[in-house]
Amino acid sequence: MTASILTVDDSSSLRMAIRIALNGAGYDVSEAVDGLDGLNKAKAAKFDMIIADLNMPNMNGLEMIREIRKLPIQLGTPIIFLTTESDEAMKQEARAAGATGWLVKPFVPDQLLRIAAKVLGR
Amino acid sequence: MSGQDPIAAFRVEAGELLGDIEQALLDLSHDLTSRDLVDSVFRGLHTLKGSGAMFGFDALAGFTHHCETAFDRVRKGQVPATEELVAVILSAMDHMQALVDGDGSGLEATGDEILGRLHQAIGAADASVDAAPATAASAAHPASAPAAQGWRIAFRLPTDCMTTGTNPLMLLDELRSLGDARITAQTDQIPSLDELDASQCHLGWQVELRGDVSRADIEDVFIFVMDDMTLEIEPMECAAPEAETPAAAEIVPEGEPAAIAPVTAEASTGDTPRNAKANPAKVQESVRVPAERLDVLMDRVGELVIVQSRLAQLSHQGVRGPAGELALRSVAEDIERLASELRDTMMVLRMVPVASLFGRFRRLVHDLARETGKTIELSTQGESTEVDKTVIERLADPMVHLIRNACDHGLELPEERVAAGKPEAGHVTLSAHQAGGEVLITIRDDGRGINRERVRAKAEAQGLIEPGAQISDSELLQMIFHPGFSTAAQVTNLSGRGVGMDVVKRTIESLRGTIDITSNPGEGSTVVLRIPLTLAIIEGLLVRVGEGRYVIPLAVVEECIELSLEEDMRSRGRSFITLRDRLVPFIRLREMFATGTRPDPHQKIVVITTGGERVGLVVDQIIGSHQTVIKSMSPLHRDVATFAGATILGDGSVALILDAVQLVAFGQEQEERLRAAG
Repeated sequence: MTASILTVDDSSSLRMAIRIALNGAGYDVSEAVDGLDGLNKAKAAKFDMIIADLNMPNMNGLEMIREIRKLPIQLGTPIIFLTTESDEAMKQEARAAGATGWLVKPFVPDQLLRIAAKVLGR
Repeated sequence: MSGQDPIAAFRVEAGELLGDIEQALLDLSHDLTSRDLVDSVFRGLHTLKGSGAMFGFDALAGFTHHCETAFDRVRKGQVPATEELVAVILSAMDHMQALVDGDGSGLEATGDEILGRLHQAIGAADASVDAAPATAASAAHPASAPAAQGWRIAFRLPTDCMTTGTNPLMLLDELRSLGDARITAQTDQIPSLDELDASQCHLGWQVELRGDVSRADIEDVFIFVMDDMTLEIEPMECAAPEAETPAAAEIVPEGEPAAIAPVTAEASTGDTPRNAKANPAKVQESVRVPAERLDVLMDRVGELVIVQSRLAQLSHQGVRGPAGELALRSVAEDIERLASELRDTMMVLRMVPVASLFGRFRRLVHDLARETGKTIELSTQGESTEVDKTVIERLADPMVHLIRNACDHGLELPEERVAAGKPEAGHVTLSAHQAGGEVLITIRDDGRGINRERVRAKAEAQGLIEPGAQISDSELLQMIFHPGFSTAAQVTNLSGRGVGMDVVKRTIESLRGTIDITSNPGEGSTVVLRIPLTLAIIEGLLVRVGEGRYVIPLAVVEECIELSLEEDMRSRGRSFITLRDRLVPFIRLREMFATGTRPDPHQKIVVITTGGERVGLVVDQIIGSHQTVIKSMSPLHRDVATFAGATILGDGSVALILDAVQLVAFGQEQEERLRAAG
C-alpha cells in the first residue's frame, strides 16, 4: 500500500516541489494550504506522515502540530516540520509540540525521500 | 487482475532473480574467470538485497548483503572466484528462497552456518591471493584489513516516542541496514499489565552491530530523538566474528540477568537444506502471460460481444423464413468458431515453456555430480516447448527421480567409462517436443543401461514372474514400475529413498500421460514421457454403450472397425479379433458396465492404444468427436478405475470419460488370463 502523506505549506511552489518528489517515489500526496486547512484535513483522514511548514497563516505550524497530536485518528502519525535555518530553539519547541523530526530548507528531493523512508520505514 | 500486492510481486520477482543468479553461478562454475558472470551474479544479489529491503524482507536483505559483499570483492578483483565460493553461494540460494517464502523466523542457524562457510570460502580465496603475488602488493593493500569491527549500542527511547511518531521498529530497521545487527530487547522496565499504556514504550534495546559503520552513521539513525533518549555507543572488540556468531542468544551483560528476552535465537542447527520445499504454501499461483496473448484474447472477447448482440437482435425479431434461419445458423457458426478460438487462446495463456522446468535440473545434476564423484554433462533440447503450468509443476518430482536414476544408476564412474571406451564424462540429455496434443519429454543417459539379469532376478525373487518364464524385453523392463522394485544393489543416498518408479509412473498417469523406457546394455537408457498439453479440455470420441454415453480420449483412439453380429457370435468367449495379422484383445463395454441391453446389430470396436499396447472396446454406436471439458469425479467415485472423469454434454446429460490406461491394462490382463487358460 502506498503511504499517504499530507503536506502543509503556504507556499504553493514548495508544495509542488514536495508533491513531485514524493509522487515520483510512489507516495500518495494530499496538500493543505495553511495550518487550519492542515488540521481540518488531518481530522478527516488518517495519514501515514505529515510534512508541515512552521510559519504559516491562519494557524502556525507549532499550533497545528499540537492540535493534531490531540486527534485520536492521527495517534502516532509521524510529523516532520520544515525549518528555514537549523534553529535549535525552534526545533525544541516543535519537538515539545509533538513533532517527530525535521527537515532543513532548502533541501533536495533525495533528502526528503530519505526522511520519508526513515520515518515510514520503506 | 490483481497485481496490486507488491509483496506477492516481489516474491515472484525474487524467485526469478534467484533462478537467474543460480544459472549464472552454474555457468560460472564452468568458467571461473568470466567477469560478465561475476557481474551478473553481483547485480542479481544487489537487486535482491535492494528490493528485499524495500518490501520488508529484512532477514533476506541482511543475509543477501553478505553474499553481495563477497561477490563485490570478487568483482573488484580482491579475491578470485573459486569452486568453493560458488558452491557456498549456491547453497545460500536455497536459504534466500526460504527467506523469501517465509518470514525468516527459525532460519537464523542455517543462515549463520552458510555465512560461516562463506567467510571460510572468502578467507581461503583471500589466502590463495595473498600467497600468490609479491608481498609488496599485500603490504600496499591493507584494505582487506580490519575484519568487520562493530559497535555495542544500548538505547532507551522516551516513553512517549510512539505518540510523537517515532517508531522504534524503524530505528532498529535502520540499524540493521547498516550492518549485521543482533538485537536483544530489554523488557525489565515494562510495568505490570494493569499499569500498561499501549501507546507508551517501555522497552530498551541492546544492539550488536557488526560492519564497517562509523559512530556518526549510528548517531544519524537517532538524529530526531537523540536529545530525549539514552544512548550508549561503545566499540566492540571482536577478533573473529564467526567464532562468536553462533552463540548470539547468550549476549547477556552482567547485572542484567533474566530480564533480557532473546529476540534472536532458536532454530534447529544443521540440516534444513531445502526449506523452500517444505513450504508448499504457495500463497497464490500466478502465471506470467505475454501481453500479445492477452491482446488476442481481448480480440476474441470483442468478437464474442458483437456476435452476442447479433443473437440478441435475432431473438428479438424472431426467426422468420429462410433468411432468418440462415442468419441464426450463421450466428451459431460464429459462436462455435469463437468458442473454439477462445478455448485455444485460453489454453495458450496457461502455457509456460519447459525451460523453467529444465532449468531446475541443472542444479540437481551439478549436486549429483558432486555427490557421486562422476563427471556429468547435462544438455537440454526443445526448451521452448510449452506445457500447461499445472502439468509442469506436477512433472517436476517424477523428473527429479528419473534424472537421479540416470545419474546414480545409469551413468558409470569415470574409470569404468574409460575402460568401456566411452568418454569420461557421462551425458544426460533432456529434450522436449510437441507432437499433436502431447508433449514428449525424453530423459536419455549414455550409461550402462538396465541390467536385464538383475531385473529378472529381482522380479523372480518378488514373485512377479515365474522363474524361467519367457517374457518379452519390453515386459521385462516394465517390471521396474512395480511397487517396491529397486534394482540398485546398494541403496545409495541419492536414489532409493522409498520413492520408486511406481510412484513416477502413477504421477505421470495421473497427468493422463504415459511413460516408456527403452534401454540398451552398455549404451544407456531412454525414458519417454508423453504428457497431454493440457488437463482441462480434450478431444474426445463420444460413443454409446447401452443407453449411456461415454467419451474416449481421441488421442488414444487408433481406429474404429465394425464388429458384425456373426463375428460377435463367433468370437464369443474368445474376445480377440485379428487386426492386420495381430491378435487384439477386446472388451465388451456392454458386459463390463452390465447395461442389460441387447447389443446393437452394428456394434463397433474402437481400438485404443497406450504404451504400445492395444485393446479394442466394443461399443454400440459411435456418435462422433466431442470437445470434452473434463470434470473430476466426486470423491465417492474417484476410485472407480475405469473412468478418468466426467463431462457434460450439450443436452445437459453427463457422459463418463473412459480411462484408456486402465482399460488397456484390463485388456492385457484378460489376454494373459485367456492365454494361461490355454
